[in-house]
Amino acid sequence: MHAMPHRSWLGWALSAPGIIALFTLVVGPGLVTALLSFSDWQFGATSLNWIGFDNFVAMWHDETFRKAFRNTLLYICVVVPASVGLGLMLALLVESDPGLRAFYRAAFFLPVASTLIAMAVVWQFMLHPTAGLVNHVLSWFRVAPTDWLKNPATALWTIIAIGVWSKTGLAMVLFMAGLQSIPRDLYDAGQIDGIDEAWDRVLRITVPMLGPTTLFVLTISAIQAFQVFDTVQVLTEGGPNKTSEVLLHLIYSEGFSFFRAGYAAALTVVYLLVVLCLIQLQALVVERRVHY
Amino acid sequence: MIRPLSFLIVRHAILLAASAIFLAPFVWMLLTSVKLPDEIFSPDWRWLSRHFAFVENYGEAFTRQPLLRYLANGVVVCVAIFMLQLLVNVPFAYALAKIPFHGRDLVFRLVLGVLLIPIHVTAIPLYILFSHLGLLNSYAALVVPFIGSAFGTFLLRQHFMTIPDDLIHAARLDGMSEWSIIWRIMVPSAVPAISAFFIFSFVSHWNAYFWPLLVVTTPELATPPLGVIFFRTEALGIAQYGPLMAAAVIVTAPIAIAFLLAQRSFIEGMTLTGMKA
Repeated sequence: MHAMPHRSWLGWALSAPGIIALFTLVVGPGLVTALLSFSDWQFGATSLNWIGFDNFVAMWHDETFRKAFRNTLLYICVVVPASVGLGLMLALLVESDPGLRAFYRAAFFLPVASTLIAMAVVWQFMLHPTAGLVNHVLSWFRVAPTDWLKNPATALWTIIAIGVWSKTGLAMVLFMAGLQSIPRDLYDAGQIDGIDEAWDRVLRITVPMLGPTTLFVLTISAIQAFQVFDTVQVLTEGGPNKTSEVLLHLIYSEGFSFFRAGYAAALTVVYLLVVLCLIQLQALVVERRVHY
Repeated sequence: MIRPLSFLIVRHAILLAASAIFLAPFVWMLLTSVKLPDEIFSPDWRWLSRHFAFVENYGEAFTRQPLLRYLANGVVVCVAIFMLQLLVNVPFAYALAKIPFHGRDLVFRLVLGVLLIPIHVTAIPLYILFSHLGLLNSYAALVVPFIGSAFGTFLLRQHFMTIPDDLIHAARLDGMSEWSIIWRIMVPSAVPAISAFFIFSFVSHWNAYFWPLLVVTTPELATPPLGVIFFRTEALGIAQYGPLMAAAVIVTAPIAIAFLLAQRSFIEGMTLTGMKA
């Protein structure tokens, strides 16, 4: 085509707004965060010192950071398997029969589609020590009432439970999409090979065929779980006594409540590194394990 | 497949119990939103209120705080973000998919590289930037950080790749400009992808909390989630749970109703969240 020489000009012209936006709004700020992590800058300060890795050393000795890191890991290690496992079970059960299928699907997905902040406020009221629904229902089973969000032994677990509630629906619909893509013939072939029991069919055909979907769901659940912030900020602010502190909320408090921008930037770098590790880890597992 | 009756009974027993738990917050929110304080804190436990305080609580919710303003802010911000995302990223995606140019692979690698960077990583410098520009507490602060969507670009690019080159060549022979090829051929043929992206973009920005919390401190600019929190700060001081739940209903309703009406496209859009993360 004669137009070829013009194409480069055209391509760059059409891309320019997008490239400029990505550079000024994502790449640039990301690099500035990395730079700030080596400084002692505070919001509003007119000068800053380069302090090398001091922020990261301080972090290593910072008891709050350790708590936040441990809590975040615990949150991921419970919310991810629980929401993915529950999502898989619900997907299999809902799809196994047409009865009330649409209702169940909507019921389990509704938490995903609703505004988490508004629902967090509802949860706060449900967890009210005297007037709340949770303590009332548990009293039927003779469970002693407690102030779930203010009790150091239960605060993080309550945040975890709300996390499972809000994330299971997404895992479920992703599994449903995976189920749709399993060829029908496979079940017929299985029948010929003597796989008759429904349970057998699920374990020997459905579950293995969902392998790639499962890894995909695990990855996105882990990355999303790592972003836990809203419920902590609204319900516990990391308390009581930092027992429900998580990484993102710590970044928020250090940066925007205590204005220690340099330290918050260093925390952000660690946060990003963990996200990247999660992605790498999943990629490794995918290469090793998915074969059928 | 014919299922034995025992299986069907177990299936419904498990699923009904699970849906009761999943729906409990919604049911409780609706029931409490029409209760008066004396009933909410009465030791005599009841599911349904004796007095149906709909007018009292919902009236209070709308008058105590500018709830309609919060909802309007949500719509303005989400629509503005989406329109700007389209304006910037559709031509970008078209160039990446259909125009061979020097450095294209490098640019595409840039898009893939920043796909996974969330707002939390860029928040501190962006906050400094907007504060220096005097733009904290403005619609611009809520909208601008999201217009360069690597995810939107990637998604559209993948879709544009599937559109045959012949269609574009034919349009060029007919004398169509590149700009009209983009908006009159590429966009209409990518409507399913664009509407899924619209739902994804709208819902995630409607529900967003982290960034709005940083840049907005005045109620006039609060998005719906921030509005709920402003409302809570005021309502909890005087234990006004009824109106607070009414406010939660009002904020949750638009998206929840949209979901119930258009489940299929909604789930399609929301599962894009997965691809992003």
